[in-house]
Amino acid sequence: MIKFTSVFKAFPKGGLALKDISFHVAKGEFAFLTGHSGAGKSTVLKLIYADERPTGGEVRVSGFNVAELRQRDIPMLRRRLGIVFQDFRLLEDRTAEENVAFTLEVTGARRNGIAARVMRVLTQVGLAAKAQAYPRELSGGEQQRVAIARALVNEPTVLLADEPTGNLDERATRGVFQLLRDINASGTAVVMATHDLDLVRQAPYRVIELQEGAVVYDSAVDEPRGDAAPAS
Amino acid sequence: MNLTVREALLAFRRAPLLSALSVTTIAFSLFVLSLFGLVAVNLQNALRRVAERVEIVAYVLPGTPAETITLALKDIEAFPEVAAATFVSEDEALTRAKTELVEFRDVLRELEHNPLPASIEVKLKPAFRDAEHVNPVADRLRGFGFVDDVRFGRDWVEKLDRLRQLAAAVGIVVGAAFAGVAIIIIGTTIRMAVLQRSREIAIMRLVGATDGFVRRPFLLQGAMKGLLGGLVAVGLSYGAYALIDRVLIQVSFFTHEQSLVIVGFGTLIGLMGSLLSVGRHLRRV
Repeated sequence: MIKFTSVFKAFPKGGLALKDISFHVAKGEFAFLTGHSGAGKSTVLKLIYADERPTGGEVRVSGFNVAELRQRDIPMLRRRLGIVFQDFRLLEDRTAEENVAFTLEVTGARRNGIAARVMRVLTQVGLAAKAQAYPRELSGGEQQRVAIARALVNEPTVLLADEPTGNLDERATRGVFQLLRDINASGTAVVMATHDLDLVRQAPYRVIELQEGAVVYDSAVDEPRGDAAPAS
Repeated sequence: MNLTVREALLAFRRAPLLSALSVTTIAFSLFVLSLFGLVAVNLQNALRRVAERVEIVAYVLPGTPAETITLALKDIEAFPEVAAATFVSEDEALTRAKTELVEFRDVLRELEHNPLPASIEVKLKPAFRDAEHVNPVADRLRGFGFVDDVRFGRDWVEKLDRLRQLAAAVGIVVGAAFAGVAIIIIGTTIRMAVLQRSREIAIMRLVGATDGFVRRPFLLQGAMKGLLGGLVAVGLSYGAYALIDRVLIQVSFFTHEQSLVIVGFGTLIGLMGSLLSVGRHLRRV
């Protein structure tokens, strides 16, 4: 599904962001990417959705080789992914429903099926009643649910979440996290970058920890650490 | 409505002032081009009318026997370029002068001798009414022993033709300069539209919209502005034409095809401006 093999990423002015990273996330798996800010979590996600290209090594996502992917094939890769960000990235001048429908419209879906598909995912994230609300009328947790609905509407095989609870209070965080767990339970792989270790400890999921661009711990490979995990 | 069309139309509402500016610049550049075009078209028409009247006049020496002239007329009419050849006697020339030159009627009446020579007027077939063919025919006429002098409107034709070429050239140069400015302005408005919508474009890309899909509304928007500019330019030109036609001299307007070319050119300018701008700026979003 997602396979990193000896991946290096260097930025022209920022030095080495990733150093020799290797891991494999299987179909239907839930994996946390943890580490301090600047550890390289977002860079790993950007490599997965081909916003960045590896400087060395190989990144494979759903059969696509990110290093060799042609510019015009990038949209095809992204249509198989759902992406969620800390800052939601919703369009302020569109309702929840329109924000979700936007994904289908710009990827050329048939118009007559759009409304039904949008309502289905809005129901799935528990926001069917607020379909007509604008982002400014929704709480942070609700906005993130709209963003998750938008990510799900194309039925992705992988959901990427970059600090999805970073802007939310504790209650909204629990709700959004539970939603991501439900999504994973229905078969979608989830890769979630977070530095919220409480959240990580709550669930028995795979943990890949990055430090200064290198993988320092992978629960699928290394011995379990229990509570000995480093503080965030 | 199709998403591309909807987005392109929305641009006019999002930035009405900038849109108006682009349409106006295109309209103005095409209007300038059209004005010179009108001059060229009308000169061309005038030229055609003059060309139709291109006659070669061979003045006949006094005392030439009538039989010689009759034979010569047959010879001349046999020239492949010639449509008709007519003999005008001295008396006929005087009569014609009296009717055509009313101002000199008194002078002409008091003449004791007819000063006007007899002549042969030669009309050319339409395909041969240009300097290239007139000259050799004139040379052949000079070859007749009884021909004193040969005159034709060559200078006129050439001068008009040069004027028409000049009008066309000036029109193209000035029009191209304005078209360049229009392309830059369209490019700038597209750039601003791209920046204004950068957040939306970034999201479109994240969810898997193709570059072509992202680009299309901007291209359509540019083409629509160009089309509008072209239509306005044709409208303005028609206004100018109507005014000149009524107040100054009778002139003619563009044909439907020529008007379509102007509108098409406007659309092309709009498309070019957005094409040059959108790719460059989308890469930065």
